[in-house]
Amino acid sequence: MERWQTRIDTSAESFRANREAMLALLEEIEAQLELARAGGGERGVARLRKRGKMLIRERIELLLDQDSPFLELSPLAGWGTDYTVGGGLVAGIGVVSGVECVIAGNDPTVLGGAMSAISGKKTNRALEISRLNRLPHVQFVESAGADLRGGGGSAEEQLRRATGHFGEAGRLFHDITELSAMRIPTLSVVFGSSTAGGAYQPGMSDYNIFIKGRSKVFLGGPPLVKMATGEDSDDEELGGAEMHAKKSGLADYLAEDEAEALRMARSVMAHLNWRKLGPGPTMPADEPLFDPEELLGLLPVDLRTPMDIREVIGRVVDGSRFEEFKPLYGLTLVTGWASIHGFPVGILGNNGVLFSDSSEKAAQFIQLCNQIDVPIIFLQNITGYMVGKVYEQGGIVKEGSKMINAVSNSKVPHVTVIIGASYGAGNFGMGGRAFNTRFVFTWPTAKIAVMGPKQQAGVMSMVRRRSAAAKGLEIDEEEDARITAADEDQAEKASLALYATGRVADDGIVDPRDTRTVLGITLSACHNAEVKGAQGFGVFRM
Amino acid sequence: MSRITKLLIAGRGEIARRIMRTAREMGIATVAVYADSDATAPYVREAEEAIALRGATSAETYLDVAKILDAARRTGANAVHPGYGFLAENAEFARAVIDAGLVWVGPRPDAIAAMGDKLAAKKLMTEAGVPTLPAIEVTGEIGDQDHERAREVGYPLLVKASAGGGGKGMRVVTGEAELGEAVNGARREAAGAFGDDTVFLERYLETTRHVEIQVFGDQHGNVVHCFERECSVQRRHQKIIEEAPSPAVDAGLRLKIGQAAVAAAKAIGYDNAGTVEFLLDSEQNFYFMEMNTRLQVEHPVTEEITGLDLVREQIRVAEGDPLSFRQEDLRIEGHAIEARVYAEDPSNDFLPATGRLVAWDPDPTLPARFESGVETGSEISVYFDPMLAKVVVHAPTRTEAALRLANVLQRLRLHGVTTNRDFLVNVLRHDAFLSGDTSTDFIERQRPARERDVCEEEVRAAALAVALSAQLAHRAEASMLKTISSGWRNNPSMMQQVRCTHGGEDVIARYLRNRDGGFTYDVDGQSGAVRIIRSGDGRIELEIDGVQRTFSVVSVGLNHWVQGATGEVRLVEIPRFPEPEREEVAGGYLAPMPGKIVALNVEPGQTVSTGQVLIVLEAMKMEHRIICTEDGTVKEVRVEADAQVEAGQVLLVIDTGKEEA
Repeated sequence: MERWQTRIDTSAESFRANREAMLALLEEIEAQLELARAGGGERGVARLRKRGKMLIRERIELLLDQDSPFLELSPLAGWGTDYTVGGGLVAGIGVVSGVECVIAGNDPTVLGGAMSAISGKKTNRALEISRLNRLPHVQFVESAGADLRGGGGSAEEQLRRATGHFGEAGRLFHDITELSAMRIPTLSVVFGSSTAGGAYQPGMSDYNIFIKGRSKVFLGGPPLVKMATGEDSDDEELGGAEMHAKKSGLADYLAEDEAEALRMARSVMAHLNWRKLGPGPTMPADEPLFDPEELLGLLPVDLRTPMDIREVIGRVVDGSRFEEFKPLYGLTLVTGWASIHGFPVGILGNNGVLFSDSSEKAAQFIQLCNQIDVPIIFLQNITGYMVGKVYEQGGIVKEGSKMINAVSNSKVPHVTVIIGASYGAGNFGMGGRAFNTRFVFTWPTAKIAVMGPKQQAGVMSMVRRRSAAAKGLEIDEEEDARITAADEDQAEKASLALYATGRVADDGIVDPRDTRTVLGITLSACHNAEVKGAQGFGVFRM
Repeated sequence: MSRITKLLIAGRGEIARRIMRTAREMGIATVAVYADSDATAPYVREAEEAIALRGATSAETYLDVAKILDAARRTGANAVHPGYGFLAENAEFARAVIDAGLVWVGPRPDAIAAMGDKLAAKKLMTEAGVPTLPAIEVTGEIGDQDHERAREVGYPLLVKASAGGGGKGMRVVTGEAELGEAVNGARREAAGAFGDDTVFLERYLETTRHVEIQVFGDQHGNVVHCFERECSVQRRHQKIIEEAPSPAVDAGLRLKIGQAAVAAAKAIGYDNAGTVEFLLDSEQNFYFMEMNTRLQVEHPVTEEITGLDLVREQIRVAEGDPLSFRQEDLRIEGHAIEARVYAEDPSNDFLPATGRLVAWDPDPTLPARFESGVETGSEISVYFDPMLAKVVVHAPTRTEAALRLANVLQRLRLHGVTTNRDFLVNVLRHDAFLSGDTSTDFIERQRPARERDVCEEEVRAAALAVALSAQLAHRAEASMLKTISSGWRNNPSMMQQVRCTHGGEDVIARYLRNRDGGFTYDVDGQSGAVRIIRSGDGRIELEIDGVQRTFSVVSVGLNHWVQGATGEVRLVEIPRFPEPEREEVAGGYLAPMPGKIVALNVEPGQTVSTGQVLIVLEAMKMEHRIICTEDGTVKEVRVEADAQVEAGQVLLVIDTGKEEA
């Protein structure tokens, strides 16, 4: 295989400036991660400690195999919303007794672990990851129930603001039992309250571990029972751990304390006889020849400056080995074969706008990956498909559709990293979130939008001008410039990585230096399910 | 003259290996014999052939003359070397070997017999003009007459087994009241170890040196001496440090004692290697104690300073050759010291320890001679002598030899069983030892520290070595995500940790791998940077805050032994998920070590008082008395006489009436 050579100059002023800018972004993200780790803050932590309980991250750490990695998913969910950063739920992929699994647990320091819009989204995403990748699912349950707060304002305002409905709720219970039907094991460790609807969380699980004096699982508490039937009862009688272990049979294992519950959870994972259906790593997993540290200085502060995506690939793949496919055709899209932590992958990376030829190249390459059952990595830095008379007449819609057809119907796992721009249909064609992509991660420099903020604001201005002209009105240039600037600013903010991650539109922002590790963990997770390419695609428009 | 072609070694352990080494160098085939528990011992494997003696105890195996002669017959061995201990000083055995037509690699049976009865030997020596101490023999129960004669010998006195050696059956008696118990105990031990329960009483000199002369005779009437060895540093009347020459012997005295020893040997027509033991007082007076008619444990120090191979000389002389050297050929070159490494607990009165040696792996670059019968994985049982190894150094001066030996011992990879290694180091570095102020009561008089003083920094470094080694092992054993960095987190909330205890104190090592491959660490609040420079083969090289050190880490379950340049640090890991603790039995008496119950003095319901001997336990041929520590009544007796017990086993329960109170 031809040895690829780097062309960057790490002593260049532009490299240093890029690096500084990236480090500043990482610093901002680290500050947010610190907030996420703090959960509900000192008071919440103190309350838990006083009751001799572990924090959610301590529980997860004790569950995991020692010194094994843990990839936390969407750690900054809730950023830029009224909810606590992190959303009161920790989810991630880790290794327990040698078994890769999804772990999702309420953070009882945040609203007592109550289910909010954000933690609900994270929970559903965690279940989806288990389902798509055939990963055993571990839940740490300790929840006050649903977040019943309306968010302030008058009743009328609250009703108007809420666009969700209770009728849509409960998907989580459906998804838990669906996992079981798919023979993907589910395990609940009940650390505290899991009452009313929440009771179905353990109810739907394959395995339940309850903790003496701590777990509390019932449909209705003593006051509700009194109101409904007039019966006098207490918490222990209605839903205590010992009762469930000895009488109702809802608890399969009864632990003395939290540590024992975690030990039992490890035993359960150990007995699952878990065998991954994917072939696992098959290639040498040597480190890249080029320093991943240099990834910090690659991406231009101004996303319009071109950057060779091979410089990223060479710092992510095993031994910096990359066998390029069609290197002389469709130059704005780089395609080729490599391996990451030993897992063979096909890589598609943008080196500019997508043209007809690069779209066609993508469609062919994706089909080839499916023919040989090789997962695909998309490295997005794309401002979109080329527009203009020549290109429209040359069939850019047709060729772009071939690419989107191939992406949509491809059956091998896709993992996408958005390193820079991700605009318009470019996001779709390059394995965007909506395309059953197994995992989507962003670099701090990512910008996701329907189009570039400047273009978007400009388009809006033109629309205003045409509308004014149609009415025979004069445009107020000063006012239009102000509106255009404000539009651009808002579009820019909504396109940022933190905005996307805050809304669980990705699986998290990664430090560019961790790209290789994150891809390695996710590829390994994907290999829990069968890795098999599509047998057929939709009709390719010719 | 009959050439030895195949030599059966009627011993075990290090001395069997030592003899085999020379035999191999001389082109002689070797035959080993072994008891059940020695089946996997290195000396058995290294012999050309080995014969199972089928049995557990010494009496069933290495002391069984018929079995050993049968082994020689079956293998066609034409000579027997008895090693030391067991049948080495048994004249009957020597005769039987010779009668079977085999070459006996040892002195004439008559000479053995003459020295075998310690009391008779003393008389013989007095007649030969060698100075001796007053002594009397006692037979049967101690009577009034014995007490009177004991007073003539004078207190303090020593009870010794007539057939004994190696400190077995020996007891110091300071006053008349203790005499009966001491004599009975000595008899039991003597009977067990030598098959002869005759004991005698000898005047006990408190501050003396133990100086012995290596003598060598041949069948042509030549007898020479190979200078002295001093073996004053002893515990439980057993030597632990031996050296040559003695710091207390000058050329003039050397000549005098040497001549006395040669005279002693000549008086019995001695014709092989032997040792004449003397007590030397501060006025340069010396008294004959006994003669050991065999190769001594400590023979290597003589070999080191003279350049001789004493085993080679034994074999040659047994074949009928004359000695290969004359008295005037011998010179003392430098100074040699030997330390005996025992499986024993110095802080628990040097009681023998048992267990599995998880590591015996002396670094080949250590400047010392190692004589050992064990290897990594060897089980140290209750049946035989708990000596693990002899470590011998030879240096230009005594001080250099002592300091070198101390350094070698502290760097030894020797783990799994409690040993006297650190105690030996403390003795060797003791000012009194370095100044040559040694005596048989050195340990009581100078009180060298029984244990190593491990400083906090060493413990911290050891905990890091354990944690980082474990971390490497976890990553190597991982079946999933093996190539991902250790403990990788995209949102690190806490450090990885290994919790241990050291001497009862918690030591918690926390670490976090950094992007550059190094680690940030925190051990009990002390934090810094540590980097793994290299690892493998049970070793790990760490650069802790810029200081590089190499450690060897041996881990078995939750037990970790860390060996650094300054010594061993033992850490016990606190399990990640602790099990509930076992309840202690109130008023229970536990076996301090594994052994056999030889006397059970109480029965349930019996009233007992403080100081009373409840049970006598025997292990490694040494007796240990379980003494009542608080008045009460015997509630339960959980063992029977002759039962084999494990360390920590509850033997009996005494009701002290405290529970009701």
